[in-house]
Amino acid sequence: MVNQMYLSKAAVILTLVILPVAAVNAQDTAGEIAELRQLVSEMRTDYETRISALEARLVAAERAARGAERDAEEAYEIAEQTAVDQGAGTSAPNSYNPSIGAILMGHYADVDSGWDEIPGFQPGGEIGTGGSGFSLGEAEINMQANVDAKHFGNVTIGLHEDEGELEIELEEAWFQTSDLPAGITATGGRFFSASGYLNSFHFHSDDFTDRPLPYQAFYGGRYSVDGIQARWIAPTKLLFEMGAELNWGGGFPATGNGETSPGAYTLFAKLGGDVGDSHSWLVGASHISADAIERSGGHGHEIVIPEETFTGDSDLTVVDFVWKWAPAGNNSIRNFKIQGEFFSRAEDGIYADIDYNGDQTGWYLQGVWQFAQTWRVGLRHDVVDSDNGPLLVGTELEDPGRSSWRNSLMFDWSPSEFSRLRLQYTNDRVLAESDNQWFLQYIMSVGAHAAHQF
Amino acid sequence: MSRIIALLLILVSPLKANALSVFACEPEWGALVAELAGEDVEITVATTAFQDPHSLQARPSLIAAVRNADLVVCTGADLEIGWLPLLLRRAGNPAVQLGTQGNFLAANYVRRIEIPKSIDRSQGDVHPQGNPHIHLHPRSISRVADELAERLSQLDSSNSADYASRLEYFQHRWDEAQSVWDERIGTLKGMRLASHHRSFSYLADWLDLDIVATLEAKPGIPPSGAQLATLLEQLTPNPPVGVIRTPYENEKPSAWLSDRLDIPQIQLPFTIGGTDKAVDLFSLYDQTLRILEEYAN
Repeated sequence: MVNQMYLSKAAVILTLVILPVAAVNAQDTAGEIAELRQLVSEMRTDYETRISALEARLVAAERAARGAERDAEEAYEIAEQTAVDQGAGTSAPNSYNPSIGAILMGHYADVDSGWDEIPGFQPGGEIGTGGSGFSLGEAEINMQANVDAKHFGNVTIGLHEDEGELEIELEEAWFQTSDLPAGITATGGRFFSASGYLNSFHFHSDDFTDRPLPYQAFYGGRYSVDGIQARWIAPTKLLFEMGAELNWGGGFPATGNGETSPGAYTLFAKLGGDVGDSHSWLVGASHISADAIERSGGHGHEIVIPEETFTGDSDLTVVDFVWKWAPAGNNSIRNFKIQGEFFSRAEDGIYADIDYNGDQTGWYLQGVWQFAQTWRVGLRHDVVDSDNGPLLVGTELEDPGRSSWRNSLMFDWSPSEFSRLRLQYTNDRVLAESDNQWFLQYIMSVGAHAAHQF
Repeated sequence: MSRIIALLLILVSPLKANALSVFACEPEWGALVAELAGEDVEITVATTAFQDPHSLQARPSLIAAVRNADLVVCTGADLEIGWLPLLLRRAGNPAVQLGTQGNFLAANYVRRIEIPKSIDRSQGDVHPQGNPHIHLHPRSISRVADELAERLSQLDSSNSADYASRLEYFQHRWDEAQSVWDERIGTLKGMRLASHHRSFSYLADWLDLDIVATLEAKPGIPPSGAQLATLLEQLTPNPPVGVIRTPYENEKPSAWLSDRLDIPQIQLPFTIGGTDKAVDLFSLYDQTLRILEEYAN
């Protein structure tokens, strides 16, 4: 009984004591769990942000490392390059040398009769076919460089042997401005005139072994000016250029007159552009007005009768064009070029003490086709014709009553940009009888890289 | 007099409508100028991807373009030696002469490779200053971009903030693109190729390509039949994956060799416009990798 009472008492007490405690305990645990959950989730978000931050930093570091690696590599390369550049600069006294080039030309010819004068024309220099056999032709030495920030200088010396004697010709010796504004360029000294498309080229870059007949008849090969030239290029998309030359020298058809006023002047204009990627063109017109005094023909090799000189006005007009084509404009493999020039001259004065009023014309048309990377074939027709009147019978200028013409076919091979071998056949009707001529020519270029003149 | 001046102004004005007029020798530099200068400039590009930059002529339209240019951007390292000096001399434009601010030669600012130890024409048309085809290495582009942007802002200082931000934008994109390319180029490493000319030396340097043979025995000199036959003999035991060439190089030698070795001829765009899809520097690189990936493995 006592036990029962005691027990129930104890149970009551226990119940009284434990229950609230248990209730309190249960409440505590739930709160803790929630707290822990929150803590864990907070930690998770925290770590996630930290991890992603770390990841981002890692990526950045990797990128930086890659950049650093690249920079290091670059720094190494710059050092390398600097070493190379400094090494290249060690030959300092040499580095101001101008670009120097030499051209070696020569040919073997098979000519029947040949000629050194064109009937009806006063020869203006060394022209003609030359004789048969091997001949050395001309060696040409060229030097050019900037003189300073304002000028460019160029000199070309031609060497050739004539009947056992070495002849030295100052082909070009000119300076040119490089700092004039607005498309203006001035040139002074001895230079090739801008009159005529072919005239501004050296002989070695011609497409045939000799110049076309009008160049031989009207220029004695080429027209050189001793004097000044000014040219201006318009600020347009198409090339439009015009200029003038004053000549105090004796370059045929002019003569040196030893006076303050020039012996000849030239006016010229050129227009050129592209048609699509594949075609380019250039047309030109020019006029040379010369006041000749006792102009003698030839080059002094043959005995010229002293009185056979010309004194008077010589007016020459030249119209020229060139059209070039290459597939997609890529001229290194295949290309085609067609060019032609027309010359018309009026001379009025005294020739060999005879009143002389003559008109002469000439033209040529040629096409050159590069059909494979190193091979070209070309065809040319050239004509000159004189109408000098009946008074000059018996002189050099006696009207031949016919025009002089030729047809030439050439074939050349250029194993590199610096060498060329050419075979040319010409049917020559400069004189009355037909002459079949063969030429085998070499052109070698040493030293400075040639300019790709259009 | 005032009438003459007015006439001159009319003649001059249409070409000076833009802030700067830029003459670029090659399409890659034209594209880089476009990235860095946007609409602010008028760009004339002298060559297309189909024209050999070695053999161009100083044609009339180019003389006119240089005459009107404020800035000439070319490769240099003698790549344009046959025509650029002549253009500069003929154009009568003091602002773009060599050594002036208006004359920018990209090769001066990058590491050049294949610098010859000795120079002699019997070795072919070698460039004393090293291989000039610098633009197919991404680092060349980013280095040239830095220098070019600075030059543009010197010439046109009123827009220099523009050039700076365009440069930053370009370099950012170029860097991103490079990261993508870096992941792709693993498969191309050590790829064995024959090349017509040394046009891809910088690309090979970047990608670690193995150029086992150059068809031109001497740079700039078309290979002879005998040279090709020797090459065929050398390559037969272990033929390369293909023969690469630019769009302007003669296809005959690579056609001959690839035919006999039974390997493909691979024409790479080389520069902007070389394939239809190579429209800017990014797509040029992407296209180049894509074509090489097609043949790798």
